[in-house]
Amino acid sequence: MPVLTYLEAIRLAMLEEMEKDERVFILGEDVGIYGGAFRVTAGFLEKFGEGRVIDTPVSETAIVGAAVGAALMGMRPIAEMQFIDFIACCFNQLVNYAAKSRFRWGGGVPIVVRGPCGGGVHGGPFHSQNPEAFFMNVPGLKIVAPGTAADAKGLMTAAIRDPDPVIYLEHKFLYRRIKEDLPEGEMVVPIGKARIARPGKDVSIVTYAAMLHVALEAAEAAARDGIEVEVLDLRTLLPLDEEAILATAAKTGKVIVLHEATRTGGPGGEVAALISERAFEYLDSPVVRMAPPDTPVPYSPPLEDYFLPNAEKVGKAIRALYEY
Amino acid sequence: MSAPALTARPPAGQLSREQLLELYHFMKLNRMVEEKLTNLYRQGKVVGGLYRSLGQEACSVGSAYALERGDIFTPMIRNLGAIFVRGGKPRDVFAQYMAKASGPTRGRDLNVHFGWLSEDGSMPSVISMLGDMIPILTGAVIAERMKGRKTVALNWIGDGGTSTGAFHEGFNLACVQKAPLVLIVENNKYAYSTPTSKQTANTRFVDRAAAYGCFGEQVDGNDVLAVYEATRRAIERARAGRGPTLIEADTMRMRGHAEHDDMKYVPQSMLEQWAARDPIPRYEKRLIAAHVATQEELDQVVARIDAALQEDLAAAEASPMPDPESGLDGVYADRSVAPPTPLLVVEWESRKGRG
Repeated sequence: MPVLTYLEAIRLAMLEEMEKDERVFILGEDVGIYGGAFRVTAGFLEKFGEGRVIDTPVSETAIVGAAVGAALMGMRPIAEMQFIDFIACCFNQLVNYAAKSRFRWGGGVPIVVRGPCGGGVHGGPFHSQNPEAFFMNVPGLKIVAPGTAADAKGLMTAAIRDPDPVIYLEHKFLYRRIKEDLPEGEMVVPIGKARIARPGKDVSIVTYAAMLHVALEAAEAAARDGIEVEVLDLRTLLPLDEEAILATAAKTGKVIVLHEATRTGGPGGEVAALISERAFEYLDSPVVRMAPPDTPVPYSPPLEDYFLPNAEKVGKAIRALYEY
Repeated sequence: MSAPALTARPPAGQLSREQLLELYHFMKLNRMVEEKLTNLYRQGKVVGGLYRSLGQEACSVGSAYALERGDIFTPMIRNLGAIFVRGGKPRDVFAQYMAKASGPTRGRDLNVHFGWLSEDGSMPSVISMLGDMIPILTGAVIAERMKGRKTVALNWIGDGGTSTGAFHEGFNLACVQKAPLVLIVENNKYAYSTPTSKQTANTRFVDRAAAYGCFGEQVDGNDVLAVYEATRRAIERARAGRGPTLIEADTMRMRGHAEHDDMKYVPQSMLEQWAARDPIPRYEKRLIAAHVATQEELDQVVARIDAALQEDLAAAEASPMPDPESGLDGVYADRSVAPPTPLLVVEWESRKGRG
């Protein structure tokens, strides 16, 4: 039972798939000689060679475009965005080519586009973003956002094997902060399946990625006051696990949707709409969104701390809903 | 006409009589299909836009004819002729333009936006955004190289498309990787209404080859044999591992951007000058002068095309439009998409039905 960090779990999943399947290869900026800006692909160049670990020019459109072309020829490319913020530079390739290709002409595009997302590390407006909502409105894509090392490994394996394009959001705050005992060998976490991270009956928190840990901390604190909070870790944002969301809403009748993407047009609105449409009769309170304000991610610690949800803020929301 | 030959291509001077006539066939086919599409468009049977390649047929046919079995290509909107050279069927093109269920995208996309994946030579479907196929084809041939194959990719771009970021990023990656990619810049003088002078401060597009560190060549885009020969040499170099070539083909767009566009912005004198360089009559004269074919034999080629196209057109017109709900499938390989009516409405209607 090796103890692995979240980052090591991502690395191991890619390594195992590359060993098993010669169609899998990696391309991106500084992924080879340097081993990636966060060292996620450290050692890959030595192990697999330049043919399968390709250092590219600073060209996100070329990186994703080349991945798309290789995928059409039967390969399973993993394209790294050095920071996920740079995915905006290849929006067109993802949205207009990769996502629509199968629907338009039957050309499946099994690519993984992965990169570090999220704040809490003082990265400022261009190294802290959570772009999931940009892509949730794009039919044809899948989006995963693991919050544990086990899910980081299992979802990466699933993403590489998936027949369609998957955006894999890895939270940089979690890279080296969480460690878990993982079983040896293959782990696959199915895309589209949420997980009850903590059972409870009074209030539900629907969340994912780094906010999972904020939710668990707030749930633990609420338990000391006798409030039983259920935490649902979505793990996949596209497609949402609708049944799991409806089940927890029906169980507690009070739901907080918690995420690090900004509020307006964020994933929380979609979750709230789903609950309103299909679990209306079960609700005992409004569905509440806990999300950062509609501003870019600020740099200075007091500004960023104010921007990000934390256990204290979530605790207040739990109490408000509990007493509603 | 036989299926397109996909064997190694000889230098232009060594093309057989049959091959020379095949080039003529494909240029005429290109033009005649578009003429029939224009009629359909005027009758309101083409539900979207129609983009002609009038005057540019040699750029598509001559270049695609230089490809070999297994090679990859992606045509742009004015490269219909290349699709036919590589085995595409006029019947599919008619059905696609008329948005029929029998079209290659089952009514999901328009015009030349379709493709196929095949060991004989894939055609990854193009999208509307210019330049995006350059990185995609670069990745495709890098993948082929990983498999130990010597596949070459051919792509075209217009003078306008060279201004995109995707052009730069994709072509730069291709050159860095010495990918076996041949890129033809069809300088047809206008991007919609914008002349090349407003597109770039250096309208000698071949100069970009030096900037990217690859081979560059300029060719008369209205001379089908010159286009063939330049492309054939570039493909040979690419296959030998010597990297990409940028070919600038000098040509002229003889219709508007699409059929709705009267292109009043193009000087009449310019059109007249280029009409005299029309690639098809030019090639006819050459074939007759070189005693490759008589006028009667060329007329027979045209008659055969026309008869076949009448049949294709009738079949495409007679085929049905797609079933509306068929548009829900194929977004994902392993997951269906919900229909647009909310579940609550479905349930309410079914309760009402029960009285």
